[in-house]
Amino acid sequence: MTQSVTTGGVVADTYPRLLLHHAEVRGGRAAMREKDLGIWQSWTWKQYAEEVRRLACGLAALGFRRGMNLAVIGDNRPRLYWAFAAAQTLGGVPVPLYQDSVAQEMLYVLDNAEIEFAIVEDQEQVDKLLELLPQCPRLKHIIYDDPRGLRNYSRPELIAYDALREKGEAFDRANPAFFMDEVNAGKTGDTCVILYTSGTTSKPKGVCLTHAGLIAAARGDIELDQFTERDEVLSYLPMAWVGDHLFSYGQALVAGFTVNCPESSETVMTDLREIGPTYYFAPPRVFENLLTQVMIRMEDASRIKRWLFQRYMSVARRCGAEIMDGKPVSFADRTAYAIGNLLVYGPLRNILGMSRIRVAYTGGAAIGPDLYRFYRSIGINLKQLYGQTETAAYVCKQPNGEAKLDTVGRPLAGVEVRIVESGEIWVKTPSMLKEYYKRPDASAESISPDGYFMTGDAGFFDGDGHLKIIDRAKDVGRLNDGTLFAPQFLENKLKFFPFIKEAVCFGDKHDMVCAFLNIDMAAVGNWVERRGLAYAGYVDLASRPEVYALLQDCVEKVNTDLAAEASLAGSQIRRFLVLHKELDADDDELTRTRKVRRGFIAEKYGVLVDALFGGQEHCIIETEVKFEDGRKGSVRADVRICDLPLVTATAKAA
Amino acid sequence: MNSRNLGEPILGVEDISLAFGGVKAISGVSFQVREREIFAIIGPNGAGKSSMLNVINGVYQPQQGTVRFKGKAWTRMVPHEAAKLGIARTFQNIALFKGMTVLDNIMTGRTLKMRSSLLAQALYWGKNQREELEHREKVEHIVDFLQIEHIRKTPVGRLPYGLQKRVELARALAAEPVLLLLDEPMAGMNVEEKQDMCRFILDVNDEFGTTIVLIEHDMGVVMDICDRVVVLDYGRKIGDGTPDEIRANKAVIDAYLGVAH
Repeated sequence: MTQSVTTGGVVADTYPRLLLHHAEVRGGRAAMREKDLGIWQSWTWKQYAEEVRRLACGLAALGFRRGMNLAVIGDNRPRLYWAFAAAQTLGGVPVPLYQDSVAQEMLYVLDNAEIEFAIVEDQEQVDKLLELLPQCPRLKHIIYDDPRGLRNYSRPELIAYDALREKGEAFDRANPAFFMDEVNAGKTGDTCVILYTSGTTSKPKGVCLTHAGLIAAARGDIELDQFTERDEVLSYLPMAWVGDHLFSYGQALVAGFTVNCPESSETVMTDLREIGPTYYFAPPRVFENLLTQVMIRMEDASRIKRWLFQRYMSVARRCGAEIMDGKPVSFADRTAYAIGNLLVYGPLRNILGMSRIRVAYTGGAAIGPDLYRFYRSIGINLKQLYGQTETAAYVCKQPNGEAKLDTVGRPLAGVEVRIVESGEIWVKTPSMLKEYYKRPDASAESISPDGYFMTGDAGFFDGDGHLKIIDRAKDVGRLNDGTLFAPQFLENKLKFFPFIKEAVCFGDKHDMVCAFLNIDMAAVGNWVERRGLAYAGYVDLASRPEVYALLQDCVEKVNTDLAAEASLAGSQIRRFLVLHKELDADDDELTRTRKVRRGFIAEKYGVLVDALFGGQEHCIIETEVKFEDGRKGSVRADVRICDLPLVTATAKAA
Repeated sequence: MNSRNLGEPILGVEDISLAFGGVKAISGVSFQVREREIFAIIGPNGAGKSSMLNVINGVYQPQQGTVRFKGKAWTRMVPHEAAKLGIARTFQNIALFKGMTVLDNIMTGRTLKMRSSLLAQALYWGKNQREELEHREKVEHIVDFLQIEHIRKTPVGRLPYGLQKRVELARALAAEPVLLLLDEPMAGMNVEEKQDMCRFILDVNDEFGTTIVLIEHDMGVVMDICDRVVVLDYGRKIGDGTPDEIRANKAVIDAYLGVAH
């Protein structure tokens, strides 16, 4: 963006300076709202800046100095966002932690970031920190926002937010020039926040992002979607997550829009409806939960309403997304959609709190096709983005009118994306991390000498220049003929069918791709019952020819999809079998977060894998199972293997 | 718990006897509850625990004995007088207005504090507007305190049991009581709901300094949160002391495990 933002001749290139800029040019507009005692309370930009000034002075009075880190723990509260700005003003770095972590999980971060000061929401967080005090002798000051239940605590480390604020006022009166001197001392290349990555595989790593980087990312986003000071967001995602940081703090401070903090995590749905945000961001599972709630309520609705809903949802499925993308649609369909909008989609958007949404984003995981189509078809401009903490979630976004289900859009302004030999995606963005905090080894491992961040994801660009993410790079292999094999990509495609609960694909260093499937007992059971067929149990259900035919249909659809994509056409699933038992975390076949452990499964069911690639028609297998009470038993089954023809691109139907 | 700063006796029950025809529900029971205490009445079924609460807030008239509260003594009392003195209670079987929202239910707890006339209230007119806003604010503080923001507009009948119990507590608190009587606040709850309720009872006691008398069957709860316990059996007091003393009391163990009388 070429427009330069200045305040009194100073370029607003750090967050504290941006804040003062907004206080000057739109001081009377609401910057933040929070629902308290059932009423939305607001703070203007002017008040925001004044609060930050008091808080910064208070922290300084307690001894917070340039270069220190401030832990921030709690739900999305205005005072905690102000603490970000206050720490940054003093040249310190806020370190938000996940508020639902147990004390021991916080220990590593508190220790690694050498935390001396922490600002927390309430008694719950205070208790956790007090529990950790013996192990964190460095921690000297704990500031709490909500005093409830803390009246009888007499620890010297504790200080109430209001007390700190008073200290700040006194300090400010004694040192009137202090605040502005500190604001002016900030440099745009300074680290402005450390976000710890979740660390599923190893210890969490602190990602250091800079003012310059985050502001550039926010500017890019704002330019793409034309956000203005009139936009509204609801901040309900964890403050320690890069998504919330960018959207409720970073973009808000750049664009000057209003951030609304919900009353509590349970009231988010109601708050959403009351605020009616214009811009919304959620991981796929949130969208899924919303849809499920709608569907459950529709089941209970009267017959007329149900009929209307079904009638007009089919219209929306046919032409809703096309109308939004500005594609040609027949007059009859347009008319039907307009009526549907009046009777069904409008009220539905209202119930979802999405009446005013201009742009909604999802990211972080693959979104199911039905889910994605549903929101787009009822007129919600849901788009996907791609990015990670290390790039401040600023790599790719789908531009308006070019939203495609299976891509994450085009690289954003200023972002260079390179697909290296192995298929891994490397990116160079203005928002890139400065380093991993105190981890030069990890920084060297993830940042190439020429300044690219290695994402660890594998992907490619499709014909329209959209980036398509297929898998984690380390899982991607090659078939013997050199075709790319991305197991997770195939498995996700399979799992989007409600009948398939789990899928495990094999193919690396083989001639073709074969798959194990797990049926979804509830969905398949229901399907079978509606056809009046009887079954004895899981093993019986899994081996029925009708079920095989049903799944064969699903797999063929996946293959048809794959055939349309030149680089993936070779990785069609040619043979599959339906496992006689459910994959289970108790048997070590899944992780606790329900990710398949492909290597372990390949070893445990070696006989079946050999049978798949060996061309056998069926295979007898006996496996040991652990019951929930710890007893062991065994399941013996004769598993049939099903062959599928190769689909060619020309044979593709619609 | 023992180091807590408890005040002077606020409630005294002296030699109370209550009979329904020939059935003696309570005979000659006396005990004292100090200010800011959490006090439990326990005993086997039919021991006269609920009757005791009903005597304290005037639902039943004892044939004999005195109830002393904040320096005032009486034998006969009516519930609305007791409420005016600052005694609020919850019931064993939830007694809320099922069709009304949580907010409206809690607002009913403030009826005694309303000063404007019925007509002014009905028309939301004149001074009543400001008054109602004040009451609403008080109610919102309680909603916040008991963490029921997410259900404030939900009709009570649609709520799960544990939450209804919490709403009932909220309504009792809305009257800003000095003494809170809880009749089996945790009956029928699962472990998690019980833990929540325990926390709320302790918080109420801590935050507002409310004296609490409760009846409870879950001994774990009683022993954990109460300062003192009185044990009734067949309408007689058989034990009175701290949880530790009660745990060691021979008569109490016999009453619970059963011996030949």
